[in-house]
Amino acid sequence: MAGRGVPAIANGAATAADWMSAASFISMAGLISFMGYDGAVYLMGWTGGYVLLALLLAPYLRKYGKYTVPDFIGDRYYSHTARAVAAIATIFISLTYVAGQMRGVGIVFSRFLQVDIATGVIIGVAVVAFFAVLGGMKGITWTQVAQYTVLIIAYLIPAIAIANILTGNPVPQLAFTFSDLVARLNQIQVDLGFTEYTKPFQGKPMIDILAITLALMVGTAGLPHVIIRFYTVPDVRSARYSAGWALLFIALLYTTAPAVAAFARYNLISTLHGKSLEEVRQIDWVAKWEKTKLLAFVDKDGDGKVTVAPGRAFALKGGKPDFNTPDEKSKNEVHIDNDIIVLSTPEVAKLSPFVIALVAAGGLAAALSTAAGLLLAMSSAISHDIYYRIFRPTATEAQRLLAGRIVILLAVILAGYFGVNPPGFVAQVVAFAFGLAAASLFPAILLGIFDKRMNREGAIAGILVGLIFTATMIGMMRAPQIFGAPAPVIPNLWGISAEGIGVVGMILNFVVAYVVSRITPPPPEHIQHLVEDIRIPKRAGQAAEH
Amino acid sequence: MSNLEGYWKANTSLIRNLLIIWALVSYVFGILLVEPLNSIRLGGLPLGFWFAQQGSIYVFVVLIFYYAWKMDQLDRQYGVHE
Repeated sequence: MAGRGVPAIANGAATAADWMSAASFISMAGLISFMGYDGAVYLMGWTGGYVLLALLLAPYLRKYGKYTVPDFIGDRYYSHTARAVAAIATIFISLTYVAGQMRGVGIVFSRFLQVDIATGVIIGVAVVAFFAVLGGMKGITWTQVAQYTVLIIAYLIPAIAIANILTGNPVPQLAFTFSDLVARLNQIQVDLGFTEYTKPFQGKPMIDILAITLALMVGTAGLPHVIIRFYTVPDVRSARYSAGWALLFIALLYTTAPAVAAFARYNLISTLHGKSLEEVRQIDWVAKWEKTKLLAFVDKDGDGKVTVAPGRAFALKGGKPDFNTPDEKSKNEVHIDNDIIVLSTPEVAKLSPFVIALVAAGGLAAALSTAAGLLLAMSSAISHDIYYRIFRPTATEAQRLLAGRIVILLAVILAGYFGVNPPGFVAQVVAFAFGLAAASLFPAILLGIFDKRMNREGAIAGILVGLIFTATMIGMMRAPQIFGAPAPVIPNLWGISAEGIGVVGMILNFVVAYVVSRITPPPPEHIQHLVEDIRIPKRAGQAAEH
Repeated sequence: MSNLEGYWKANTSLIRNLLIIWALVSYVFGILLVEPLNSIRLGGLPLGFWFAQQGSIYVFVVLIFYYAWKMDQLDRQYGVHE
């Protein structure tokens, strides 16, 4: 054990860097800012999953010690079909997730190169493809520890500065909790015709909040590129502690984000509302963001002043704002894309250009490091699990490498397409990946460890039902954004939206897997021994010592 | 073998207890009971809102470290540590 692997704390920081993506860094605070209380789904959802990971999956997968998630599923369910289904699920999940990253990268490039968002995404695709195909992105742990450091500093500096300016308390979490800022924000919101910022269930009903939170938690625990990190620690004990450190490092950003969200909203409203359009357009960051079309104004009442109010500034066309058609149902005259909240916060708070550049670098680091991890998970699913393990066990190292690179290239291009035509905001795109992971991989892994009787037939049936159900429902609920349909086929299921539907898929998976496994033959003897073995930390070879 | 069964039983009941706390701070305090809890204030925030956007996350971190620490003891007690 000595000299092997890295300390749990370093692996924790590396996991945090790998995991916190463009969605966490760029999108999340913006979404919360817009959603108020309802934004808690992302906060609880993307942290609570680590509890499931630490208690239910990581220690056992570490004990098993293979390289990929499809490897575990293929071996545990003694089946190439199970391996292939798990590999396809991995590809599907990672591709959805990586599309969210491309959009994040595109937003950063579009702002700082002063181009429109589509061009920004294409530049992002080119950069990612270049690095991935060269094979230069395979991060080692200490590089990722450094990435975490950049990322968290870039996030905390503007948060601390704004907390200090607005409340006189530099610790964002304390400023958020103990100052009267949120109370003041509540009052401003009510004055402008919004509901209170802290009022729950304004955008989504309670059942949807429950479903989305659970889908995100379970999905986090089922994400292949997150699980892979726990194979790199030296032993089972480190896998447990490593999950704790990872969540501690993640929590540093995740408890800051809701503070940034409230501060940014307060700041934006007070900077824009009631000012003359001319005056507002002279502000440097307003002019620059307006060029990206992520910030736009329309003077509906012709008074030359900006009005912030509930509702849309522009009518929607195909799920996107149509800048030629003001939405006359609302008095709101400002369109603010949620994704610019974090990136513009240092500018709104008048911090130095160095900090502004640092935040952009942090966002880019977050997006690129996560994209790298996802592309690796995807290419290993195809080149290792499908191509090598199933079709060509005789393939040479070079052939497998080539297959992996072709996959990465295709995946980046496809992801770029979805980045330009996104089915939602970055964090929502990513949320679909979680729903799919929750409905497919998580139940199969969990049952593989905790239910000795679970067999091949049950697991495969469960994964297929969960995956197909969830993908179909998301496709129907998001038909306008994905297929350009005029309206969703169904808007929601019992109040559960596309983001939370993975929970229903997961329940179906569990039920189908249980029923099918009980009416088909039990798994072979050696598989039952395998399950007994992964349940204890001690390795088989060590038994003789006692 | 009964030794290992005892270990597994102790492990699963620890997991169950910790997951009850996990669900309590997030789903119960942060979502189901958020409205009644919001009539209580913690500093400048309504308590239910605080659980949803701050408190639950702190509890999650503590839960994982507690589990890791407790499992260290169980591993030794049953002699299954590496």
